[in-house]
Amino acid sequence: MSKTKEVVIPDELTGYSQTRLDVDLTNGKIEKSEISGEFCRDWIGGYGFAAKVLWDELKPGVDPLSPDNVFVYAHGPFPTTIIPTSSKYGVFAKSPLTGLFGMSISSGSVGAQARRAGINMIVFNGKASEPVYMVVDDDDYYLEPCEKTLWGKGCWETEEILRDEFQDQRLAVMAIGPAGERMSLIGCITNDRNRQAGRTGMGAVMGSKNLKALCFRGIKGIKVAKPVEFYKMAKKLIKVANGPATSKYRDLGTPSGITSYNKLGMFPTYNHREGTWEKITDGTFTGDSLNEDWVVKKVACSQCAIACDHIARVPKTHPEWPNLFASIDVEICYSFGSSCGNSDWPTVFKCVALCDDLGIDAISGGVTAAMACELYDLGLITKDDLGYELPFGSTTNLVRFTEEMIMGKGFAGEIFGDGTKVAGSRLEEMGRKNASYYGMHIKGLEMPAFDLHGMSSFAVGEGVSIRGACHLRNGAYGLDAKGTFDRFGYDKPLERGNAIKKLEDTYAVIDSYIICKFTRGIYENDAEMAKVYELVTGIPVTDEFIFHRGDAIVTLSKCFNIREGATRADDHPPERFFKEAHKKGPAKGVTLDEKGFQKLLSGYYEARGWDTETGIPTDETLKNLGLDFVIGKLKPAGGKKK
Amino acid sequence: MSAKKKRIHQFIVVDADKCTGCETCESVCSFVHDGEFNPIKSRIHRVRIEPILNIALACQKCEDAPCIRACPEKALDKNEDGSIIVDEDKCNGCGFCVRACDFGVITLHLDTQKALVCDLCESMREEFIDPEVGKKEPQCIVVCPKEAIALKNVEQIGEETRIEAVKRLFADQLADLK
Repeated sequence: MSKTKEVVIPDELTGYSQTRLDVDLTNGKIEKSEISGEFCRDWIGGYGFAAKVLWDELKPGVDPLSPDNVFVYAHGPFPTTIIPTSSKYGVFAKSPLTGLFGMSISSGSVGAQARRAGINMIVFNGKASEPVYMVVDDDDYYLEPCEKTLWGKGCWETEEILRDEFQDQRLAVMAIGPAGERMSLIGCITNDRNRQAGRTGMGAVMGSKNLKALCFRGIKGIKVAKPVEFYKMAKKLIKVANGPATSKYRDLGTPSGITSYNKLGMFPTYNHREGTWEKITDGTFTGDSLNEDWVVKKVACSQCAIACDHIARVPKTHPEWPNLFASIDVEICYSFGSSCGNSDWPTVFKCVALCDDLGIDAISGGVTAAMACELYDLGLITKDDLGYELPFGSTTNLVRFTEEMIMGKGFAGEIFGDGTKVAGSRLEEMGRKNASYYGMHIKGLEMPAFDLHGMSSFAVGEGVSIRGACHLRNGAYGLDAKGTFDRFGYDKPLERGNAIKKLEDTYAVIDSYIICKFTRGIYENDAEMAKVYELVTGIPVTDEFIFHRGDAIVTLSKCFNIREGATRADDHPPERFFKEAHKKGPAKGVTLDEKGFQKLLSGYYEARGWDTETGIPTDETLKNLGLDFVIGKLKPAGGKKK
Repeated sequence: MSAKKKRIHQFIVVDADKCTGCETCESVCSFVHDGEFNPIKSRIHRVRIEPILNIALACQKCEDAPCIRACPEKALDKNEDGSIIVDEDKCNGCGFCVRACDFGVITLHLDTQKALVCDLCESMREEFIDPEVGKKEPQCIVVCPKEAIALKNVEQIGEETRIEAVKRLFADQLADLK
C-alpha cells in the first residue's frame, strides 16, 4: 500500500478494541478474532471497516435477502470518549433496496455500550433457523431464540422487554419491527427509541437472517493515547459544539431549514412538484411553529453536546392521537409533511412514530406516501384500490395508509410496502402507465429534503452518492445553497467535481470515525480533525493521510457498486427534475439540463480519477489509493436490482 | 454534632430542564479520577426515563447521612465541605451504604470494591487540573455542555425558588414595569 506504510502503528493501540466477532447464524457459532493495527489505520472504523469487509467477503451478485448476504456492525475508535457525538455505529450490507452498497448510521447509546463490551466489529453470515436476538454482555456472546417473546413486537416494546429482562435500563438495543421481519425493503433498525439506522433497508437484511435484535452492555473502560492533551482538546470541542457552529441543530433543530430552503425554492413540496409552499411562507409549517407549539424536550445521544433530538408531544386532549410523543427532524417534516401536502403537525408526528416503532425508514416511508398522494391526484390509483381517499393534505387517511404500508397490508401495503421503485414497477405491471415516474428515488433509495430543480451541483452530489439518494454522503447541497457555484448553470465542471470530492472524502472520514455530521463545523481545520484521532489512538496521522483514506473508502465502495453492475446511468436524479419546472418561487421555470448535468458528472469523475465516460476508477487511481487488490476484479456480476 | 458540621454545604445540583442525558458528566468523572472513560466508575449518575425525563444525580450531602450510619466498619465520615470521605483501609465493600442511600448515588468501585461517592473532585488526578484555574474543581460542571450542573446549597436553592414563585405571583406587575 503506497502511503499508508509510512504511518507507524504504536505498540499499544488505544481507542480501538480491535475485537471482531464472526457470527454464523446458520450454525450458531460465534468466533472472536483480532483486527490488526494496520487494518485500523488503513480503514479507520465504521464505513471504512465495512467497505473493506464487504469487498473482500461478500460474494458478488448474491440476493441481498438470502443467507449469502453479509451484515456488518461496526464503530470506530471514539465511542465512550467525550469527543462530541462519539457514540455512533454503522450497519452495512448489500442493500435489498438498491442492490448496491448498503449503509446506515445511528447513534444513541449503542456505540458506547458496544465499545465498553469490548467490540469493534461484528460480521454476520447465514440465516438463523428460528428468530433470535444476539447478546453481547461484555465477554459473554450468545444467540437467544425469541419467536415467542419478541418476534412480531414493535421496536419500542422489544427494547422495553429486553431492558426489563436484563434489569438494566441502560442496555443498548438495536431492534427491527414487524416491517423488518416481513423484509420490507425500507425496513429500518431502531435503537434508544428515537434513533434509527433507517436507510437502505438494513432492517430487512436483519429480518432475512431471522435476527430480531442485538443488545450490548459492558464495563470496560476506554483509555486514550495522550490523556492530558486529549482532555484539553475535548473540553474545547465540547464548548464549540455548544456554540454558534451547531446552533441550528440545537435551537429550532434541523426544521429551521424549512424556512431557509423554502426561500431558495429548494424545500420539496407535493412530491417535488414545487420547491416552495405557502404553508411555510405563512408560518403554519415552520421550525418556529413546531418548536413553539409542540416540542417539549430536547434529548441527546450519549456523549453529544448538541442534543438535536426534538421531542414533540400531542396533548392528552387530541381526539385522534392523545399523548403521543415523537422525535422530529427536518427530513420527516418534508417526507410526511410538505411532500404529502400535509401541514397538520399531529399527523406528521403519528406517521413518524409508526415508522420508528414498527420499523421503516421515515424518509423512504414518507416519500413513498407522497408518491401515492400524487398518483391518487392523477387518478393512477383510486379510492377503489385503497378503500379510502388519499389526496395531498390527507391526515387520518395518511396515517391509515402509513400503517398499512409498514405492515404490508391492503393495497397500500401490497403495492407501496417496499418503497417507491418497487411500487412503480408493480403499478406498471398492473397497466398503470408511467407510475414509476412519480417515485422520487436515486438508485432505489428515496430522496431526502432537497428539491433539485435549481441545484445543479447537488444534482451531481446526490446522483453519485454511493448508497443512492442522500444528502449525507457529501453534503454538496451547500455548494448550491451558499452560491459557491451558479446553481442554475453548468460551468466549471472540474472545479465543482473537486469541491464535491473534497466534501465526500471528509464525510467518508466522519462516517468511519464515526462521529455526527452536525459536528463537522467544530474542528478548527482538517489538521485538528486528524489530531483528535492521533490523541485517541496514538497513530500519528496527518490530515493529508486521513483524507487520502477517505478517498480510498469512497472509491472502494464505488468499486463494490460497479462489481454489482452499477453504471453511469445509475448516477442520475429522477426524470421529473429534467422535464417539469416549478410553477412558482425562485426556481420558477427551471429544470435540470441533461447535457449540462452529464458535463458536470464527467467533471466529478475526472476529479476522482475515475474514467470520465464510465465512472470506473482507473488502475492508476486504484494504485494511488492502495486499492491494488481491486484491479482486474471490476467485472460486473450483474446483481443490481432491475 | 460538632460546630464544623453545621456549615451549609454545597452539593451537585442538576437542572432536569436543561439536562439532555448525554452522559458526558459520567464519562469525565471516571476519566479524571481513574484515567479511563467508564460510566460505571462514575460518582455522578445519569437517569433517563423515556421519553423525556433526563437528569443526573450525585451525593446530596444529607445532614444526617444514612450511608455513614449504615456502615458497620465506620469507614465513612464527612470532611469540612460536608463531602462523604471513604477510609479505604476500613471499607470492606459490604455495600450497606449503597443500600442505605435514598438517591442511589453511592456505589462500589468496579475494581477496588470500595465505596464510591462524589467528593467534588477532591481526589481527581493532578494532571487534569486546568492550569488556568490552578485548583481542583468538579469536572462534571466544567464539561456539561448545557450548563445543567451547578454547585449549590439548600439556602441558594430556596432563594431561587422564592424568586421564581414571586415572578409567577406578580407576573402582571412585572410586565407592567417593562
